[in-house]
Amino acid sequence: MKKLIGRKVGMTQLFDEKGNVTGVTVIEAGPNYVTQVKTLARDGYNAVQLGFGEVRKKGALTRGELGHLGQLKANDKHPKRRALSGVPAVGTLVESRSSKPAEAEEGGTLKCDIFAVGDFVDVTGTMKGRGFAGNIKRHGFHRQKKTHGASDRERAPGSIGAGTTPGRVEKGQKMAGHYGNTRVTNSHLKVLMVDAERNLIAVAGSVPGANGGIVVIQEGRKQ
Amino acid sequence: MNLVESIEKSQTANANLPTLQPGDMVRVHQKIVEGDRERVQVFQGTVIRLRKGGMNASFTVRRIATHNVGVERTYLLHSPRIEKIEVVRHARVRRAQLYYFRKLQGKSARLKERIVAKPAA
Repeated sequence: MKKLIGRKVGMTQLFDEKGNVTGVTVIEAGPNYVTQVKTLARDGYNAVQLGFGEVRKKGALTRGELGHLGQLKANDKHPKRRALSGVPAVGTLVESRSSKPAEAEEGGTLKCDIFAVGDFVDVTGTMKGRGFAGNIKRHGFHRQKKTHGASDRERAPGSIGAGTTPGRVEKGQKMAGHYGNTRVTNSHLKVLMVDAERNLIAVAGSVPGANGGIVVIQEGRKQ
Repeated sequence: MNLVESIEKSQTANANLPTLQPGDMVRVHQKIVEGDRERVQVFQGTVIRLRKGGMNASFTVRRIATHNVGVERTYLLHSPRIEKIEVVRHARVRRAQLYYFRKLQGKSARLKERIVAKPAA
């Protein structure tokens, strides 16, 4: 499974060779560092752990995290500290299930050129929080009439159940409530541009979350 | 320069674009693909709006077609479909957006020409 962690940069539009224009989201994808290779024999499953987003602020990572990333040098008192070169102190770790973990090397880097123009990818991120949202925004309900005697019923949900039978509101009835700030995947987005030099990928369409948010790009499941 | 701007800059900009100004009479040569044939369509009219936005900048041209029907077309300035833009004449206008043109017709929808000294060749 091809997977990369990235940061949403923002949206713009690009021309194709025919002159059609497409709205795209630009993602700063990589470099990703291989921070750990998990094998079936040792860990019970095969996976590659990727790291992204260097943190410079002191105290942003715990000593345990720093040790895992090879930031603490082994000494006489702590001879068992992990040696891992080529990986900076990264703030985000994501695992990628892999059938061939032997191909990845701990300390290695992945760049955005593992994806090519024309590929379809799924992009996962945390969508913007909407707070306490009504039924129209949250569930796509229709609005009621603004006129014909309808006062303050414009965005009301309408009936939430029948009468004596069943005499209660069914479980799972769609109502207003907290919406957003959850993990969302936008699938089947076409890659329109890959710039390995600047580690930028442009995908057609939108991507969950605010600009600057962490997103995970992976091979599209619907090909 | 932020990263989004740098992406936009990486696209090839239209070469030899004239500097357009509101009120300019322009001829826009647009490539049109019909099946496997390609032809150039010319649209002549007055620039009534310019929108900035780097590679996504656009402009709107208005002309009066037959039967006094006003026709407006909005083009992306850097679209590869635009072959060239000719400026026929400049005009003296006092607004950036000439939306008031939509209400005018006939003699009142004229603009006074602004003679610009041609740059020495």
